[in-house]
Amino acid sequence: MNKTIKYKIKKNSLLFMSFLLIATFVISSCETDETQTVTTFTELVMSDEFDTDGAPNSTIWNYNIGTGDNGWGNGELQYYTDRTENVTVQNGVLIITAKEEEFNGSNYTSARLLTKGKFQQTYGRFEARIRLPYGKGLWPAFWLLGDDSNGSEVWPQIGEIDIMEYVGNHPTKVFGTVHGPGYSGAGGITKAFELDDDRFDTGFHIFGIEWGPDYINYYVDDVLYNQITPEDVTGEWVFNRGPFYIILNVAVGGALPGSPNAETVFPQNMLVDYVRVYKNSNN
Amino acid sequence: MKTIKFIYKKGVFFLALAFIINVSCERELSDEVEFATNSSTGEIFTDSPIGLGTNFYFPFLGSKATAWTVDDSEGYESQSSMRFDVPNASDPNGNYAGAIFRVDGAGRDLTGYDALTFWAKASQGVTIGEIGFGQDFLENKYQANASNVTLSTNWVKYIIPIPDASKLFEERGMFWYSAGTQETGGFGYTFWIDELKFEKLGTIGQPIPKIYGGADVETQTFVETGGLVDAPTVTFNLGSGQNISVNASRNYFDWTSSDSDVLIIDEAGAFESLNTGRSIITASSAGVQAEGSLIVDVLGDFNFAPTPTRDSNNVISIFSDVYDNVPVDFYNGFWEPFQTTESDDFEIKGDNILNYTNFNFVGTQFQNPTVDATGKPNLHINMFIPGDIPSNLDFLISIVNFDDGGTENGRQQVFFKASDFVSNTWSTFEIPISIADKSSIGLLIYENVNGSSLTNFYLDNIYFYSE
Repeated sequence: MNKTIKYKIKKNSLLFMSFLLIATFVISSCETDETQTVTTFTELVMSDEFDTDGAPNSTIWNYNIGTGDNGWGNGELQYYTDRTENVTVQNGVLIITAKEEEFNGSNYTSARLLTKGKFQQTYGRFEARIRLPYGKGLWPAFWLLGDDSNGSEVWPQIGEIDIMEYVGNHPTKVFGTVHGPGYSGAGGITKAFELDDDRFDTGFHIFGIEWGPDYINYYVDDVLYNQITPEDVTGEWVFNRGPFYIILNVAVGGALPGSPNAETVFPQNMLVDYVRVYKNSNN
Repeated sequence: MKTIKFIYKKGVFFLALAFIINVSCERELSDEVEFATNSSTGEIFTDSPIGLGTNFYFPFLGSKATAWTVDDSEGYESQSSMRFDVPNASDPNGNYAGAIFRVDGAGRDLTGYDALTFWAKASQGVTIGEIGFGQDFLENKYQANASNVTLSTNWVKYIIPIPDASKLFEERGMFWYSAGTQETGGFGYTFWIDELKFEKLGTIGQPIPKIYGGADVETQTFVETGGLVDAPTVTFNLGSGQNISVNASRNYFDWTSSDSDVLIIDEAGAFESLNTGRSIITASSAGVQAEGSLIVDVLGDFNFAPTPTRDSNNVISIFSDVYDNVPVDFYNGFWEPFQTTESDDFEIKGDNILNYTNFNFVGTQFQNPTVDATGKPNLHINMFIPGDIPSNLDFLISIVNFDDGGTENGRQQVFFKASDFVSNTWSTFEIPISIADKSSIGLLIYENVNGSSLTNFYLDNIYFYSE
């Protein structure tokens, strides 16, 4: 009995001490925020708020159609279409829907939107607010590809900036990656960001980069979680040249996520509340 | 005593917090506002039981009552844990382990949590039958559990999502488990649980509630008949990406009848048919529509068996609502492994009906004591076959007598053909008992002799009688 009493008292004081600790943490993190700002590029140059129901704004978005070469180079299983079933704007959000259906020899359909030739920019803050799908085999992404100068340059020389990638069987984790010559495919320079007490498929989250000469900063919501610079890449830094365009897509299957399994629920939606691009107003 | 004091203090602290919050966000409170005063402590066992009071452990009937102890030499990142010694199947003091942990006192407010979590390991890789919460041996209103939880010999964290935490504002059932030796050849084993608590993880999502396993199930009933929907499930996706299904009590779901003139259903999933017609029962859980439905066709007034009129002095009743029945061991022995027959007995307007489904054979036993039919040498049975009568029907009723040692010493077999029945009409069988010794009859067996398509029938008014 004596022992119990002692123990309880100890715990009580520990509890109190931990409150003190928390208070300290809060204060110090406030200080960090003052010096480490997540975003600095403030001049909006392009935005799609997806406020008009129907097909996405054709002055901004193109589509990739079909299965590409070997499932867009990744063994992906879906057939991309521009049908309303796979891509539409409703109630203020862009909806990309991955469906399980027989279509032109594929077992799944989905959509891939891109701004190639319509909106391209070098450097800037690229940001989207997205709710992701879930389930094994789902592979949504918000990413940038470098302009290919009418086909005279090829990947990976053109450069690829994956602002957000995610696989549906890890609903609390996203990752940001760059690919270039010497660090293409699985050799990409990457870092994951994981939520401790939330998921990416049950609410909207902001995914963005701030990209300038010799750096790319990655953030999710108000957390800056990575910076990639020429020192980090294992090859040529290809992000100080020509403009890049935006891609939004939901892939199904392929080498990275693996195939859907019996528990994967279809259809699955990626909801995009907005895509915004800013430039550095100091430039 | 100290422990109680500590918790009391804590309660005051929570009260103060609640007061501050309410003051800051609501200026004028209506008279209906009730302050939540229940403890919202999530911990159940960390290094010792937390806030459970004195008398909190209640073993299941037939289980080994001493299976649970606090082990002060094992723990997850600590020196103590809950230890469960599952007994051998041959243990005379109980052939499995199982119990509830119920707060000895007021229930807790668990509305701020989304899962029961714990760390566990076992003395060998083993599957624990049931682990859950919400069972209090009172109403068991918000019982929930995961089935077949696989433990390994290393400490692993387990998560059992709460089907709908908004229901748990005053819950006493903190934890329950049931573990047997079906998969270990009857040999016992030990498992440990530590850091047992309700938590708000935030990483659980995508609930998929299901009734009837997500299927649309059809059933038939009659006017003024009660019934109970099957217990539902909710499948959640954990932060790890793994799916887990939780068995939920019916009270976690909101039930709807598509036609309340035909059928009504209450919050506990109990329904009652009112009029002829069709009602589709659907459900939702925490605002999410459940997959699956129960389609109930109410066929009209039930066609009751003729009411017996014989003087009760001339009757020994096995099954009847008119006479007092003698003790019966069972109306369905569930004889393994060959019996397929299940029971779906029902009651309409106070009249109980035996209903055998998926029929091949089934027995009714009354050996404690047996029936002396010497002076009442006839057997009366009413039988009803819903739907068509199979043309090749060969229905066998066997009447079995036993000697003093319990060994069979006489059996009478009576066969009934399709011509003995009329569809959707009660048949009355009055069978003179021809076996020599009818002083110790203890068993009636019904058999579908040549495997006809008969699957479903009702019995009523089974009794021995004299004229």
